Amino acid sequence: MNAMRLQMTGSTGPDRKVSWYEASARTRTRLLLDAGSFLEFLGPELREVSPHLELFDLPEQFDDGIVVGQGRIDGAPVFVAAQEGRFMGGAFGEVHGAKLTGLLRAARDLKSIPVLILFDTGGVRLQEANAGELAIAEIMRAVIEARTAGAAVVGLIGGRSGCYGGGGLTAACCSALAVSEQGRIAVSGPEVIETNRGVEEFDSHDHALVWRTMGGKHRRLLGASELFVDDTVQDFRAAAIELLRSAGQFGIDTLHAEQSRLEDRLRRFGACHDAYDVWAAAGVQEPRSIPALPADEFIALADALGKVRRDAR
Amino acid sequence: MEDLTFHHRVRARARGVRTSAVVGVVASGNLEVLAERIEPETECVLEIRTAAVGFGEVWGAVIADFVERYSPGGLRLSINDGGARPDTVSLRLAQAVRSMEGEE
Repeated sequence: MNAMRLQMTGSTGPDRKVSWYEASARTRTRLLLDAGSFLEFLGPELREVSPHLELFDLPEQFDDGIVVGQGRIDGAPVFVAAQEGRFMGGAFGEVHGAKLTGLLRAARDLKSIPVLILFDTGGVRLQEANAGELAIAEIMRAVIEARTAGAAVVGLIGGRSGCYGGGGLTAACCSALAVSEQGRIAVSGPEVIETNRGVEEFDSHDHALVWRTMGGKHRRLLGASELFVDDTVQDFRAAAIELLRSAGQFGIDTLHAEQSRLEDRLRRFGACHDAYDVWAAAGVQEPRSIPALPADEFIALADALGKVRRDAR
Repeated sequence: MEDLTFHHRVRARARGVRTSAVVGVVASGNLEVLAERIEPETECVLEIRTAAVGFGEVWGAVIADFVERYSPGGLRLSINDGGARPDTVSLRLAQAVRSMEGEE
């Protein structure tokens, strides 16, 4: 890279005000990291496509819906994996999963380089369900191995497919999460719950219900996500830098702290029937005002109620 | 799925020095184009895998128009298509050529 180009990048700078939700996996990756620092592993030109989709007469994508590689954020090296939520709902297939597993194992072996996972997924790809389920198991193990070795794994969630199924399980294994209002986190999606338990249990067409049960604001107030951010690449970048800096060591003490944190959560909110009840129990004066609250006001309110513990996870 | 391949002789090489670029996403009504600078400078090859079977003639027309307008010499354009309309295909092809003009 020559000095002229550095200067040009420095003067204008990348436009990080763009919506995270609207951006593609490649755009998120490029803008999240320091300008020009991203080096992709197993890029689309290598055509590591799904071996299963052809059997179903379905089109492949050259990167199988996930971009993995290395770059720098705020000057420090970092591994990055970004799911493309528009390709098959960002779902985990065999190759898609193997790319993330490989990246996490590299972090485990190198010990010093943390990982950012840009989740945007409906879960396992149904057309390659067995391979996808195995991939989730491998990914969760690899997350824990990387964290045990000393490499933090931070999840960023704000894409159009949310973070569901095995994505939700994997997110729960991470060192820390940042979520935007659009970034739903759960295991079973709204339609799965309705199909299995009936519309009285969960009405998947009630969008307000879906958002307040699975959306970013609820996850922040529950303590399931360390940070709530506004829907811009800049805000996710700032959150990623903060979470990478503050991630502590992972060990048995962390798990004990997490166990007590979850027990406490169950004690406080276990009897609640709706997110409104949870928010009221958490100390929110006007729970029904939460969904319409602008991001900055919500962040101030959530922080006033209490920051999310950093010793657990 | 249907596989289509088009070879064109072109009057000039595609501008820029980038060796590869990918644009678009495979989704309903959308497509991805992987551009690679690996062909002789007077040729352009397009390889298409499409979910919409039976539209070879339309592809042929869209691509002939694209080659005439952009003269993408030296490029191989590999397409995974989720049933995009011809206007979307034209825009993605133009975007791919434009991306190859950028810095490496």
